[in-house]
Amino acid sequence: MDLQTIWFALIALLWVGYLVLEGFDFGVGILLLVLGRNEAERRAMLRTIGPVWDGNEVWVLVAGGATFAAFPEWYATLFSGFYLALFLLLVGLIVRGIAIEYRNKREDATWRARCDVAIAFGSFVPALLWGVAFANIVAGVPIDAHKQFTGNLLTLLNPFGLLGGLTTLLLFVTHGAVFLALKTEGDLRARANRLALRVGLVAAVVAVAFLAWTEAQRGSPASIVFAVLTAGSFVGALAANVVRHEGWAFIGTAAAIALAVVTLFTALYPNVMPSSTDPAFSLTIHNASSTDYTLTIMTAVAVIFTPIVLIYQGWTYWVFRKRVSVPPVSVER
Amino acid sequence: MSALDLARWQYAITTVYHFLFVPLTIGLSFFVAGLQTAWVRTGDAKYLRLTRFFGELFLINFALGVVTGIVQEFQFGMNWSAYSRFVGDIFGAPLAIEGLLAFFLESTFLGLWIFGWDRLPKKVHLATIWITAVGTAISAYIILAANSWMQHPVGYEFNAAAGRAELKDFLAVLLNNTAVVTFFHTIVAVFLTTGAFVAGIAMWRLLRRGDQEDAPAFRGMARTGAWIVILSAVLVLVTGDVQGKVMTEQQPMKMAAAEALYTTEQPASFSIFTIGSLDGSQEVFSIRIPNVLSFLATGDVNGKVEGINDLQAQETATYGPGDYRPYAPLTYWSFRLMIGMGALAVLAALWFLWAMRRGRTPGRLAVTAAIGLPFLPLLSNSLGWVFTEFGRQPWIVFGLMPTDAGVSPTGSALEVGLTMVGFTLLYGALAVVEVRLLLRRIRAGLPPAEAAGFEDEPSLALGY
Repeated sequence: MDLQTIWFALIALLWVGYLVLEGFDFGVGILLLVLGRNEAERRAMLRTIGPVWDGNEVWVLVAGGATFAAFPEWYATLFSGFYLALFLLLVGLIVRGIAIEYRNKREDATWRARCDVAIAFGSFVPALLWGVAFANIVAGVPIDAHKQFTGNLLTLLNPFGLLGGLTTLLLFVTHGAVFLALKTEGDLRARANRLALRVGLVAAVVAVAFLAWTEAQRGSPASIVFAVLTAGSFVGALAANVVRHEGWAFIGTAAAIALAVVTLFTALYPNVMPSSTDPAFSLTIHNASSTDYTLTIMTAVAVIFTPIVLIYQGWTYWVFRKRVSVPPVSVER
Repeated sequence: MSALDLARWQYAITTVYHFLFVPLTIGLSFFVAGLQTAWVRTGDAKYLRLTRFFGELFLINFALGVVTGIVQEFQFGMNWSAYSRFVGDIFGAPLAIEGLLAFFLESTFLGLWIFGWDRLPKKVHLATIWITAVGTAISAYIILAANSWMQHPVGYEFNAAAGRAELKDFLAVLLNNTAVVTFFHTIVAVFLTTGAFVAGIAMWRLLRRGDQEDAPAFRGMARTGAWIVILSAVLVLVTGDVQGKVMTEQQPMKMAAAEALYTTEQPASFSIFTIGSLDGSQEVFSIRIPNVLSFLATGDVNGKVEGINDLQAQETATYGPGDYRPYAPLTYWSFRLMIGMGALAVLAALWFLWAMRRGRTPGRLAVTAAIGLPFLPLLSNSLGWVFTEFGRQPWIVFGLMPTDAGVSPTGSALEVGLTMVGFTLLYGALAVVEVRLLLRRIRAGLPPAEAAGFEDEPSLALGY
């Protein structure tokens, strides 16, 4: 395997890490106003992601940085091309991060209500836009002979892109509901469990439609296998959710998101950004990559440090493994 | 304005704004770790309460540093895609490594620190804030190494066929002497900023609030903060001096622009201020100290300092026809005001210590100084960045790529203008929210040693 393929796989892995982890905290954020009926419940919901959401978000910074380092042309074309979409995404992430961290710094119901709206909005926008972005990357966008994107924001909002956005949105909401069922107690847990099934059924239909359309456009035998595994994991997750095996249900939704990302990257390979203008203009792992020297150094760094990161992030989840309880009455601190 | 101008404005606004939070994130993480260590070692509840008080201020500040940091990474690709293509082989690696080595460490262990007060053994919990602090310092080094490569590119080769700069020696980039001196100058400035923040707040509480009970704690913090300012300032001076000499060697034009020195002088004097246009034509009035610029630039009071006009001729000979002069009024004033603001902070700190000697309490005028003190180093830091980045112009990578060649060719002025205005408005609103929250916390004073219970989770003083 050449270095370019290794880095393509590693970047896929970083996106898997990001979307699986931040996927559930986006879901929790979107559901904040749906499932959280009172202050105590909303606070409990935020407590489930409190210690980990920021660490989850770092995965996107590393994914972005790794793309810059390993495939500068990909990074440059993608980030300058999907300009306004990324701007909206950044606004969402900024507003959300601040609202999560500042919400309980004031004893003021109006302030908290505003923060809740900001958290829901700031989780909704990226959850949708990441799907739009990946669908467009896989399907191909107008790119000219100079590796420049020649479309605009509306180019991205095509039916396939929007279906991709809807897919990630619904997958993350399901993933978040399953996570809440796993991490909370009592009535909130029961409602999260029921909601996971209802949203999950819709998500299953949408996701299957999206993956089928993806395969129809860019399918390869390997990616079809992964698409089938994605669907299988997701159905398994919903079944586990019905019988209240919450741990298994969460593993199932996590696996489904991971496999969906793998499906898309497999369909993409060896392109990184196919051109819809002319296949000859497509960015591939070879014409977009850094030198072998840079990739070798990056590989050494990744091999040493990624396991360490996984160990201490895993340890964090272990430390905060206990369910978060909702106090019987709204407790102000 | 063109898309290029707007992209430059956007970079300047978002970066200076981001760097308002970075120094306090780094400095306060170490400071809070120090306070918590004092608590763990002495068991004195005062230190626990101070840990929580400054810990809360640290977290409010940290959140903004994090969210504005994401923009920094995305911006290279969004507005500077031509730059990204040209330098990606070299410049991308530090960004990826910074995330992998530092950001994961900071965010994960800070999460453990915020929520882990009762879940972790005391010493393990203490370790989490120290690890966070180390993470912030690692992050600072790596990103400064990336910036230093733009100031003084090393360890690369230009590949004409590929039309880009390619990495040849990663260690040279990592151990670039520009990076080493810049790191030390920045990190001591970070501690100066933190000392001023702590001293200002503690002094304000001491004088404005009647909490006699906690007065000794705040008196101690005001003294500690003032000492940190003074000791850091000495180191800022020493490191700045070393950095100045490295800069003169690597970017002589920047040193000439710092003084708006048009004709080569030997020895060269340093002007405290100048009235005039600074374009080399008419100087109305200036106060000058002889030989100082020679010393700053060369280490020799009689050293020769090259002027802008001679350097312009030299760079034209090296790089071809063009205007290689930075905008001198901006470099001239940012350089002076950087030093001036730092010096004012030191004066305030000295005054605080003098006014508090042997149990005395400073008069009312100190309230004003206490309010102003935290802002002085923040201004100084910003001006330092303005100086070093504008002093490098017209280059985005010194001697290798002009700034106007780095901008994204795809971005229209409308699009770039939209995002620039969008970020500026959002950042402005967030600044208001942040300052209000900080003031609210500062007014509330020291939290009780045992925070109000929330079931079995007394740690919620800092959590949600």
